Amino acid sequence: MDNHSQPAQDPLIDSTQEEQRRSAAARLFDIRRVIGGLFVAYGIIVTLIGIFDSRAEIDKAEGVRINLWAGLSMLVFGLLMLLWQWLRPAEPPAPNEQQPDA
Amino acid sequence: MDGGGLRLNMNGLDYLILALYFVTVLGVGFAARRAIRTSVDFFLSGRSLPAWVTGLAFVSANLGALEIIGMAANGAQYGVMTLHYYWIGAVPAMVFLGIVMMPFYYGSKVRSVPEYLRLRFNRPTHLLNALSFAVAQVLIAGVNLYALALVMQALLGWPLWTAVVVGAAIVLAYITIGGLSGAIYNEVLQFFVILAGLIPVTVIGLVKVGGVNGLMDAVRDSKLGEAGLHAWQNTGSTANPLGAHWLGIVFGLGFVLSFGYWTTNFAEVQRALSAKNMSAARRTPIIAAYPKLFIPLVTVIPGLVALVTVKGLGAESGDLQYNNAIPLLMRDLLPNGVLGVAVTGLLASFMAGMAANVSGFNTVFTYDIWQAYIRPGRSDDYYLRVGRWATVGAVVVGIGTAFIAAGFSNIMNYIQALFSVFNAPLFATFIIGMFWKRMTALAGFWSLLLGTLVSLSLYLLYKGGVIGFNSDLEESFWGAGLAFVTAVVVAAVITPLTAPKRDEELRGLVYGMGGIDLKGDVLAGDAAWYRSPVLLGLIAVALAALFYIPVF
Repeated sequence: MDNHSQPAQDPLIDSTQEEQRRSAAARLFDIRRVIGGLFVAYGIIVTLIGIFDSRAEIDKAEGVRINLWAGLSMLVFGLLMLLWQWLRPAEPPAPNEQQPDA
Repeated sequence: MDGGGLRLNMNGLDYLILALYFVTVLGVGFAARRAIRTSVDFFLSGRSLPAWVTGLAFVSANLGALEIIGMAANGAQYGVMTLHYYWIGAVPAMVFLGIVMMPFYYGSKVRSVPEYLRLRFNRPTHLLNALSFAVAQVLIAGVNLYALALVMQALLGWPLWTAVVVGAAIVLAYITIGGLSGAIYNEVLQFFVILAGLIPVTVIGLVKVGGVNGLMDAVRDSKLGEAGLHAWQNTGSTANPLGAHWLGIVFGLGFVLSFGYWTTNFAEVQRALSAKNMSAARRTPIIAAYPKLFIPLVTVIPGLVALVTVKGLGAESGDLQYNNAIPLLMRDLLPNGVLGVAVTGLLASFMAGMAANVSGFNTVFTYDIWQAYIRPGRSDDYYLRVGRWATVGAVVVGIGTAFIAAGFSNIMNYIQALFSVFNAPLFATFIIGMFWKRMTALAGFWSLLLGTLVSLSLYLLYKGGVIGFNSDLEESFWGAGLAFVTAVVVAAVITPLTAPKRDEELRGLVYGMGGIDLKGDVLAGDAAWYRSPVLLGLIAVALAALFYIPVF
């Protein structure tokens, strides 16, 4: 930490800032996996419903096979989220946040 | 029984989709638990999140009950003028927060918005703001919970109290266990689920009315007429659907109300404070501005579709109120399958709103009330425990206020409107304090107090029938404007009479005093031009202006 550009000090803030070195935040999982997983599941369910939609259901949606389209879109979106996580894993935390006085 | 006509024909698969969502939300809360060891982990996600996560959480925290249901209702009632709530009433303020104000919030390492007031002014100003924020958040959490229960009752036929308890229990579980990370991660998830639910309604609605041109023709023939398709025409007077003059739209909505809400509301700003570095914190509200530009596509368009396809929409009470625009379209247009996704999206939006209130409350209660005034000097673990209990307390009180709201639903709407007016004097106090280093601590206190009293009095006089306005909206423009002016005048009068703070005390808090390092904690990649907060912000504002051209 550099000292030439410090904001005003406050005891309450400093006490929690000191605790930062104990922080377990680096153990947080990546939300992209959950979003991807849920949307892949929704995509599969809704696409399957769409494949077996009856005439009445298609007519209700103004003739659009909405379950099929929405299902496939959600499936693609979910897979893209998983692909993004696979291609660009979370950046490691900045070293100065981990070890302030190392 | 009210709402009987809105009952959706949900089948087992729709319920499977809903159940899958609830299980995922709880799973996220439990999985976030292992990342909590300190109070900053619990209240601010250890200041570790990437900008796209905090940005989507920022916009999602605002996508609560009022937003989805209310903006579709406004779309049906006022037409295209509803866009003002997004393009002038939100985007500029979000960009301003990111570019101008975030360096002070994030750079000073304050843990909440009220805490900035403690450092910049004094403890009375801080306590005043912390208490009013805390009270407002639990009341509004109750309103959100009640709205959630009403929708579950109307659409699914659940008894009101079951819906209240189930909704509250889920929010309670994932925030108590997973802290702000649980709340923020779920908000990101909710953002996508809400869109997945609203897009099919919009698409089929547009197909039904014959596309955009068909919709425009139909709106011309509706009770809104041609005026329903223009945002700025006839705003030289108040003879337009919104009943608002352009001065009121630009200064009342676009400046005072919107800047007050977006820049000082801790339930929003908290998302940015949890970002991993200064660059990510500044980009948080700016990244949020981009979805905000496009959300009217899935709220205002369904509102207009409902206006032209649902006969008799706009009744004073019963199933055909404007507020039911989106539920009615869901009932009429969605087959099972996407119907389950849409219901899930709607419930997700209500939970997102309540979760934002609760996570804002527990932080302010713990850091700004309990640690600052009641039990200072305890260990960090102690405050972490207090935060978990504060969450339980907020949800229990929220259930209580939900039942009060059930008895006085109009009064609760008024309370919500009232707190929105409180933001105007708060914003005035902040903005003067950030840019005028001479402003004294006492001036800060009296600006905030007297500004709030002015907006409060005007509101009560209006509700009591002493002063008349054309609409609630006009009253809130005037209330916010007068409160803002009062705060400015009080600051200007009291400051010369009282002693200023020393320069060292203002480092990092006031413009031009130094102490803010915009680049000190940059990560590799943050220097790229497409991650520049200023550039991204200016593009968002330019887009908002461009989008107005076809609907002028």
